[in-house]
Amino acid sequence: MSTAELIRPASASRIPRLRARLLGSELRLVLRRRRNLGMLAALAAVPILLGVIVRITSGPDAGQGPPLLDQVAHNGFFLGLAALVFALPLFLPMVLGVVAGDSVAGEANLGTLRNLLVVPAGRTRLLLVKAAGIAVYALAAVAIILASGLITGAVLFPSGEVVTLSGTVIGYGEALGRALLIAGYMAVMMSALGAIGLFFSTLTEVPMGAMAATVTAAIASQILDAVPQVEAIHPVLPTHWWETFVDLIRDPMYLADVGPGLAVAAGYIAVFMTAAWARITTKDVT
Amino acid sequence: MNSPHQSTAVITGTSPTHSVQSAGDHAGVAISTAGLSKRFGDQLAVADLDLSVPTGSVYGFLGPNGSGKTTTIRMLLGLVKPTSGAVELLGRPIPAGAGDVLPHVGALVEGPAFHPYLSGRDNLLRLDAADRSVSGKDARGRVGEALERVGLGAAAAKRYRAYSLGMRQRLGLAAALLRPRELVVLDEPTNGLDPQGTREVRAIIRDIAAGGTTVFVSSHLLSEVEQVCSHVGVMSHGRLIFSGTLNSLRHAADTVVRVETSSPAAAAAVLHCNGTAEPQIRSGEVVATLQDAHPEELVAMLVERGVPVRQFVVALPDLEDVFVQLTGEGFDVDG
Repeated sequence: MSTAELIRPASASRIPRLRARLLGSELRLVLRRRRNLGMLAALAAVPILLGVIVRITSGPDAGQGPPLLDQVAHNGFFLGLAALVFALPLFLPMVLGVVAGDSVAGEANLGTLRNLLVVPAGRTRLLLVKAAGIAVYALAAVAIILASGLITGAVLFPSGEVVTLSGTVIGYGEALGRALLIAGYMAVMMSALGAIGLFFSTLTEVPMGAMAATVTAAIASQILDAVPQVEAIHPVLPTHWWETFVDLIRDPMYLADVGPGLAVAAGYIAVFMTAAWARITTKDVT
Repeated sequence: MNSPHQSTAVITGTSPTHSVQSAGDHAGVAISTAGLSKRFGDQLAVADLDLSVPTGSVYGFLGPNGSGKTTTIRMLLGLVKPTSGAVELLGRPIPAGAGDVLPHVGALVEGPAFHPYLSGRDNLLRLDAADRSVSGKDARGRVGEALERVGLGAAAAKRYRAYSLGMRQRLGLAAALLRPRELVVLDEPTNGLDPQGTREVRAIIRDIAAGGTTVFVSSHLLSEVEQVCSHVGVMSHGRLIFSGTLNSLRHAADTVVRVETSSPAAAAAVLHCNGTAEPQIRSGEVVATLQDAHPEELVAMLVERGVPVRQFVVALPDLEDVFVQLTGEGFDVDG
């Protein structure tokens, strides 16, 4: 049948647009799924709960309680950041673990992976699209905490000029810019965890197993990070540089730790994406 | 029990009359494998498989559950890597040429599998989006056409979760028919369907084949595909134990004569002396394998010897019996 030949795109310039079709499909799949939306809603609820508690109890005294929470009563801007700190140990790793762990294993479990492969979607292309879906979800997860925090903070607490952690004052507009930078930095951190989860997801057809393994990795990393005897490996732990984001709300921004944080995250992304690629391109899909 | 029958000259009225080309002609072969094997641990799932599926044929790939059919199909489509051996699909090696050749191949592998919380249409749109060789502009048209073709037009917006088993199988077929194909590979498309659903699937297969597309359809139930197949291959314990036209398969088993008589012993003696094999005496009748004997001469001899004959039957072998004979087990038995 030559009809099949005729409908091949004639020009190579159309390829990028066609490539984006699968990406669009993946983003819709990830971002429209009720479970994933529910998790985003739960993350959005974290700053709301935190804000209400601080409002009712007037919050911890200066220098007391979890980082940044003492700032919230003075300026609502800090609510999103405090909520981020609150969500870092467990909530965010869990949410990322679910989405990343499900990415390949979920499709393998449903059997839809073999459908995509016989289309053929291409194994490498599929992996890249899956990774992109996880990265976008990671950004969404971080952004929704910050956005919900900013809105709730503005409603419940005084806002306006922001006193930075260095004691200087910056305008609310600049503070929002800092919040955007923090969202970007944390999205990279979460994407590194997502890359680990994506690799686990290529190992199994049981999504729950890959999810649990990802969350376990994040928790194990945090435990090791708290053990002084293994201080030597602290800088290369995936969670070690997460709280570094607070350096971005100093004045001027303290970037000495941001660089290593990004470098370590990039390293994790490179290593685990390569491992996932090696695995998925040789995997027998049953 | 290797069968040498490869005759393609005679196709009976029960088989669709497709242009059949000799298995040796490389250009006319849609699927060919050479020494294809797959080992899982210490179990040899597929052993030294030499498959040749003529272009334009409807090839029934038969065998009991667990005989290696699905593993073979997975290797054909590049989903699993063979332990040894080679696969060619439409003249291109697999998996090396998969990117070029698979867009021309529609496939339903090991039952339908879709996202339960997406509608039938959205599931197909996702598969369409994965296909780099088509434009996104016509995606809705292609998906709508495929859904109509399998009779799912009215259920397109329904979630897959709410589909009946028959609808799920049809959605799987629609995925295989998203665009014009040169080859369609269907793994157990009638599995779990009621007789009406099975009939509908057969109609769809006929429809696909009528357009000149080669159809490779696996089943553990011969009766479900017998009516649409021009060729069959029979798997047993990972080996291809028969391959040829449906008609040659019939000849792979023995034709028997049954003589109903009040003197079975005498009849058996006559049959035995006239070229039939192993006459077996049962109550009131004798059954013997015909071999090279001519039924007309047997009747004449029986009458000449004064054997009282009440009925004389030449029974062509039932294909289902042929299978049991070939595979040594019933078709629903796990291998």
